[in-house]
Amino acid sequence: MSVLVYIENSEGVFRKSAFETISYAAAIATKLNMPLVAVSIGNVSQDELAKASKYGAQKILNIANEKLATPNSQPYASAITAAAKAENGQVVILSASFAGKSIAPRVAIKLNAGLAENVVSLPEMNGSFIVKKGSFSGKAYSIIEMMDGIKVISIMPNCYKVVENNVAPQIINFDFIPTEVDLVVQSKERIRSSNTISLPEAELVVSAGRGMKGPENWGMIEELAKVLGAATACSKPVSDAGWRPHSEHVGQTGIAISPNLYIAIGISGAIQHLAGVSSSKVIVVINKDPEAPFFKAADYGILGDAFEIVPKLIEAAKTFKANQN
Amino acid sequence: MKILVCISSVPDTTAKINFTPDNKEFVSTGVTFILNPYDEIALSKAVDLATTNNGTVTVINVGDVTTEAVIRKALAIGANDAVRINAPARDSYFVAKQIADYVSKNPFELILCGRESSDHNGSSVPVMVSELLNQPCFLFAKNLVIDGKSATIECEIEGGKEVVSTSLPFVACASEGMAEWKIPNMRGIMSARTKPLVVVDPIEVEQKVKLISYDKPASRSAVKMINAEDVSQLFDIIREEKKII
Ligand SMILES: Cc1cc2nc3c(=O)[nH]c(=O)nc-3n(C[C@H](O)[C@H](O)[C@H](O)COP(=O)(O)OP(=O)(O)OC[C@H]3O[C@@H](n4cnc5c(N)ncnc54)[C@H](O)[C@@H]3O)c2cc1C
Ligand SMILES: Nc1ncnc2c1ncn2[C@@H]1O[C@H](COP(=O)(O)O)[C@@H](O)[C@H]1O
Repeated sequence: MSVLVYIENSEGVFRKSAFETISYAAAIATKLNMPLVAVSIGNVSQDELAKASKYGAQKILNIANEKLATPNSQPYASAITAAAKAENGQVVILSASFAGKSIAPRVAIKLNAGLAENVVSLPEMNGSFIVKKGSFSGKAYSIIEMMDGIKVISIMPNCYKVVENNVAPQIINFDFIPTEVDLVVQSKERIRSSNTISLPEAELVVSAGRGMKGPENWGMIEELAKVLGAATACSKPVSDAGWRPHSEHVGQTGIAISPNLYIAIGISGAIQHLAGVSSSKVIVVINKDPEAPFFKAADYGILGDAFEIVPKLIEAAKTFKANQN
Repeated sequence: MKILVCISSVPDTTAKINFTPDNKEFVSTGVTFILNPYDEIALSKAVDLATTNNGTVTVINVGDVTTEAVIRKALAIGANDAVRINAPARDSYFVAKQIADYVSKNPFELILCGRESSDHNGSSVPVMVSELLNQPCFLFAKNLVIDGKSATIECEIEGGKEVVSTSLPFVACASEGMAEWKIPNMRGIMSARTKPLVVVDPIEVEQKVKLISYDKPASRSAVKMINAEDVSQLFDIIREEKKII
């Protein structure tokens, strides 16, 4: 019996969320007294694969079939299922990323397992197996008991800290050949935006709303984000108006995020916006209206005109970063 | 083209979410239920596709009788008929099994869903339905173009987008931007009352997860206002007090 963790790579490189997922899985494996097996799919170098053992993966299964070079949820789910069966996996853990969300429910069905999505903390494992997951768009959590049998869990990015836990790397090539039925989707083109920090995983997020008046004023938002090493986000009307791409839209009908720091500039703090960002650890609100509802949901507030405050913040961020180095 | 749209009935986006004192149940009194916003986009897209492809749109919901108001709304927006599987939506596996069972007996060429429900937030039902039917699923579709039996779909991926192609049947989920919201007109509202709504008994499904209770996020302490003149210290203050940067 084992605990299995799927680690997602981005063009052959593991991102922070992969290490969070392994750290989380390692804690479960320790508690259940089972070995931790990591599964990687696609073209990843041996050096990169070995990194998984820094966080406690005793065995790393490398599935490098050429037909799996491009991420594709159907064959990937079949591959993870095959690995789970071979290793007698009892708990299978994935990140609740775009890819993870497309794969986890398939794996659950294939393994005839229970599924819990968007889990935010370690399960309670004293006889029963109880998880806490996000629900009602950030307004609540559901506490779910997973019944006996195999369990599949997807965990929210940024909810579990990366924990170092060095073990000797043991990389094993795992043969898996996808079937035709799983290969009915052809990838034509994969386009990565220049902004390399992915919003759902970002630790710092600079977000702006209609208070910025127009798309031509986003230069300062982007600059602040760049200096801080943050991702950029926006409110719904901003993406509706085409000022920013929909992929930046956070909130109830956009992406739900839980960064360490969320800076909201010229955003009123409507309930639908708060739904997606209220699990941020620290929230800073910049708004010229003292009555803006967002101040009630913030840790720090700055009352004033964004066009005066943001340039000062950019300078402050530069100094802060310079002192850090 | 026969299109199925999976719809869920969810608390209004502005609703305050409250639970019974023992935290075991959601308190629905005083809460308005709406068509899940993403499902509304999916439905709009389905109506557009049906118009250009000489097709029909059926909506399906797994829920008790209280969801019928939302089903009628979907009929008013432009669905031709509706199916309600008569059982509370216990969990995503239960819901997906019901939908997949219905579709295996009544095939559709295209199934559209929302990318997530605003109460459960699982993004699981569509993927499970597609898995049970052995079809592809595009959970984060931004754009969907259908040409005869083939389709081109633009999907959101980590840090970018991907364009894929496949052929019908498949499951695709709507996000903001996939279609324009449709506001039901008077004729739609009137005709919704007489459009067929079939109620189907549920099949039995093994229970693998059980809701125990709910919990609310810890409330934040009162906001600390920083003087506009002291902005230069913001990051030092955050580091000092919160140790997160
Ligand atoms: C079904 C549904 C789903 C929704 N989902 C979402 C969602 O997912 N995400 C989302 O964001 N919204 C969502 N909304 C919309 C939401 O209700 C609000 O309309 C929206 O969040 C407001 O965006 P905003 O704060 O950018 O704009 P506004 O509400 O117009 O606020 C602009 C703010 O900027 C401030 N301001 C103006 N000028 C300046 C300046 N010079 N300096 C500083 N501050 C300034 C103003 O005081 C104001 O507070 C949804 C609505 C519905 C009905
Ligand atoms: N009870 C339900 N009946 C029909 N469709 C549903 C139901 N619940 C969820 N769905 C569909 O599945 C999508 C994702 O829901 P969820 O998996 O709950 O996040 C929704 O946007 C709907 O399209």
